[in-house]
Amino acid sequence: MEILYLLIPLSVLLVFLIGAVFWWSVKSGQFDDLEGPGYRILMDDDRPGADKTANEPAEEKTGVE
Amino acid sequence: MTIQATYNYKVVRQFAVMTVIWGIVGMLVGVIIAAQLVWPELNLHEFLGYGRLRPLHTNAVIFAFGGCALFATSYYVVQRTCHAPLFAPGLAAFTFWGWQLVIVLAALSLPLGYTTGKEYAELEWPIDILITLVWVSYAVVFFGTIVKRQVPHIYVANWFYGGFILAVALLHVVNSCEIPVTLTKSYSCYAGVQDAMVQWWYGHNAVGFFLTAGFLGMMYYFVPKQAGRPVYSYRLSVVHFWALIFTYMWAGPHHLHYTALPDWTQSIGMIFSLILLAPSWGGMINGIMTLSGAWHKLRDDPILKFLITSLSFYGMSTFEGPMMSIKTVNALSHYTDWTVGHVHSGALGWVAFISIGSIYYLIPRLFGREQMHSVKLMTVHFWIATIGVVLYIASMWIAGVMQGLMWRATNPDGTLTYAFVEAVKATYPYWTIRLLGGLMFLAGMLIMAWNTWKTIAGAKAYDAPVLAPAGHHA
Repeated sequence: MEILYLLIPLSVLLVFLIGAVFWWSVKSGQFDDLEGPGYRILMDDDRPGADKTANEPAEEKTGVE
Repeated sequence: MTIQATYNYKVVRQFAVMTVIWGIVGMLVGVIIAAQLVWPELNLHEFLGYGRLRPLHTNAVIFAFGGCALFATSYYVVQRTCHAPLFAPGLAAFTFWGWQLVIVLAALSLPLGYTTGKEYAELEWPIDILITLVWVSYAVVFFGTIVKRQVPHIYVANWFYGGFILAVALLHVVNSCEIPVTLTKSYSCYAGVQDAMVQWWYGHNAVGFFLTAGFLGMMYYFVPKQAGRPVYSYRLSVVHFWALIFTYMWAGPHHLHYTALPDWTQSIGMIFSLILLAPSWGGMINGIMTLSGAWHKLRDDPILKFLITSLSFYGMSTFEGPMMSIKTVNALSHYTDWTVGHVHSGALGWVAFISIGSIYYLIPRLFGREQMHSVKLMTVHFWIATIGVVLYIASMWIAGVMQGLMWRATNPDGTLTYAFVEAVKATYPYWTIRLLGGLMFLAGMLIMAWNTWKTIAGAKAYDAPVLAPAGHHA
């Protein structure tokens, strides 16, 4: 079963990589708010024509930039 | 950047429409091979024999239908949740045309008999290289869009899509390592049981990441959006993601119980498969409970019907899978039609249902319509498809258990009670019922195609403007 000498180190490496990404995500505050993000996707109205009533945020955005 | 910047809906539209078309093609091939089991005379030509059409069916439904659905939804979700148009639109267009070329090459080469013989990775090496190019471009477009996001938080659906993209890249590169001999023939880098181990490390993770993680990304966006409610527990969704990602990789050996694979490796595969029950059910409950307090919406919203039913099939098949990975259960179920039933409970009930629901959500939005042409036809599609799946999996359960029992039955003197062909003969009625179930599912897809056609005929392609995130000042 020499193949395990490839697959197991690969998995261990992967676990460390995933661990690093997890560490980054916690440190960078990805999970500081575990309520808001669920609501935020609902505040994005993606029905066609919704943009006609939602022009203001777009202008606000360019103002910020 | 101008105020009129729009999201890149073009590539989403292309993939969404192709999802419907490849769904019909892939399921039609499935119906043909199901009919060939009932009437072997239907193996009309060497190009159209069961052995060559079966890999065409699996490739078409997984990579053409499922793949297009994943591309379409991931490109939509990543743009909407990051409030940014796609990074590198040229590369995004390349992923569409490149992926369609892969599918066409598969549809030509598999019936002609060009195959590596590795299940779900049958395509020969030049196509494998093309897949790699498309996939790297996909990763660049997807992660590039995440990098230029307008909100600090990366929505959970994107984590699932991202994990799926990276894992599939790794699996494809390791498993497709092969030595070309001619343009159309190559040999695997690995031999014997080593090859089997790599193959099922790939094969099961393809199920885990291609057919699960990616579609969970779909679930975490489209279920809350269609229900108009946030996901039941956002915290649980984050736990679901990390638990799944950390534990998935080693379930593969359960495909090789009682083979030349070392016993302890088989046991590891079984243990990891059992562990997977926890995150899977956590996610399933999280998705279904999103509707808590709004169950009445299920009554007249066919899109929600598709999405929520898909979650119950997800729960069913992620319970069944770990049970079948237990060695004593596997001794009965392995090599029987029970496995086929299990796969289709996941593939039709979970993957196809969540995709169909999501595509019904997307099509009107991509073509500037309020709703699909006919809501009634969506409901008809839902019921015909549900009855089709139930007929399919119930007949395969019965057939599988019957086959397993007949194969292992022995007489008092130790000889086998049944010849193999007797089990085949006993299975005919169930294969016929399965064919009927498959036909119903295909009929549902044809209804969907007609409904899609009526929705987009005369409609103009619509590209929504990029809006700044609402009320977000983090």
